[in-house]
Amino acid sequence: MYEFDYHRASSVADALSALGKAEDGTVISGGQTLLPTMKQRLASPSDLIDIGSLDELSGISADGNGVTIGAATTHATVAGSGDVNKAIPALAALAGGIGDPHVRNLGTIGGSIANNDPAADYPAACLALGATITTNNRSISADDFFTGLFDTALENDEIVTGVTFPRADKAAYMKFANPASRYALVGVFVAKTGEGVRVAVTGAGEDGVFRVEEMESALAGDFSSAAIAGISVSSDGLNNDIHASPDYRAHLIGVMARRAVDAANG
Amino acid sequence: MPTVSMTVNGKSVSGEVPANTLLVEFLRETLGLTGTHVGCDTSQCGACVVHVDGKAAKSCTRLAVQCEGAEVATIEGLANGADLHPMQEAFRENHGLQCGFCTPGMIMAAVDIANRHGGKVDEETIRHELDGNICRCTGYHNIVTAIAAGAAAMGK
Ligand SMILES: Cc1cc2nc3c(=O)[nH]c(=O)nc-3n(C[C@H](O)[C@H](O)[C@H](O)COP(=O)(O)OP(=O)(O)OC[C@H]3O[C@@H](n4cnc5c(N)ncnc54)[C@H](O)[C@@H]3O)c2cc1C
Ligand code: FES
Ligand code: FES
Repeated sequence: MYEFDYHRASSVADALSALGKAEDGTVISGGQTLLPTMKQRLASPSDLIDIGSLDELSGISADGNGVTIGAATTHATVAGSGDVNKAIPALAALAGGIGDPHVRNLGTIGGSIANNDPAADYPAACLALGATITTNNRSISADDFFTGLFDTALENDEIVTGVTFPRADKAAYMKFANPASRYALVGVFVAKTGEGVRVAVTGAGEDGVFRVEEMESALAGDFSSAAIAGISVSSDGLNNDIHASPDYRAHLIGVMARRAVDAANG
Repeated sequence: MPTVSMTVNGKSVSGEVPANTLLVEFLRETLGLTGTHVGCDTSQCGACVVHVDGKAAKSCTRLAVQCEGAEVATIEGLANGADLHPMQEAFRENHGLQCGFCTPGMIMAAVDIANRHGGKVDEETIRHELDGNICRCTGYHNIVTAIAAGAAAMGK
């Protein structure tokens, strides 16, 4: 790891000012992605601004409409939250299936979505539930937030402060985990909310998370796995790597989507 | 150079270290606590697991400066003098180790599993909870048996 200057931010405002002053500064939250990347010398920020222990970014609040999760809330906290388990159990289960217990104790939702790894789990939940991402100066819908491989709508020096998920009538996430890394080879989040039905896929797309509109329309009419049994997803634009071919991933999307619908129907 | 202070196994410690010092480097090199191992350095193997403020964490994926003011527990802090901790005793009794390289991380993870799931934790849960700990020798069978026995003993 190259050298850098470390600052522990005392507030979001303090973090923004430190970012502004740094030559090539970056925020660190749980560090479960950034530190491995820095150790491999794939990132070499001049300054690390630590927002991981800011109280104003941590915690979960719920009301009749849904739940809001602070950006620095860990995966373990989301998995164990009574509010999340009550409002959107599928979201708590997703958080409890990220990586391993040690990663879940440190990794945070803000870091996960800001990073937008094409195999990460949270982006699928955000897109399927129609979440709203809040930053230090605006709100961004999940549809506009995830813009491509490791790419988001965030400007330089913009900090995610929280994510708001609407309550779901029915929802489930099915992940076919890579047995070594635990990241999703294919993960499908299916949700039925006041806004309609959405199906979001992670792990498979070359450009990251995406929706399957053909499945969404079929499920809007009949929310059953039978309704999507005849739909095959094209392998165009799907990842091809040592773990799986595009065709295999396309097949898995169908399987995981049907399992998710069955699970959502309980 | 930043100064960092924390509590390790109940003792206050501090040191001047470059900001890019990992917690595991601080433990091993600055404090000489070499029980915590580095198996992969890519955040996958769990040989480096310690407890930070009561929660299991990979000390190769945490900066020492991030642990300012934290309470850290390592494998060296488990035994009470010559008396092994019940989880250490269970690993010894059940042959939960061969070369022993993964063992410090396994035992710290195991104590964390017992803390969260209690003495009656079942085999499936233990195996699932070990997602972040790799052993290249044992095939896990005796590790799982040891954790079940250790968790039961800790519950007593
Ligand atoms: C062994 C292992 C297994 C894993 N398995 C999975 C898995 O199965 N599924 C999965 O989804 N993830 C997995 N992860 C990744 C893990 O979930 C990370 O915690 C997460 O991707 C990043 O969160 P973090 O808080 O650690 O972010 P950091 O590493 O601190 O930061 C990541 C990036 O986001 C930026 N950032 C962080 N917070 C903010 C913010 N509030 N605003 C703006 N930018 C910000 C940082 O500058 C950095 O560029 C795994 C990681 C490891 C080490
Ligand atoms: S050395 Fe930390 S996970 Fe392998
Ligand atoms: S006993 Fe050798 S790696 Fe586990």
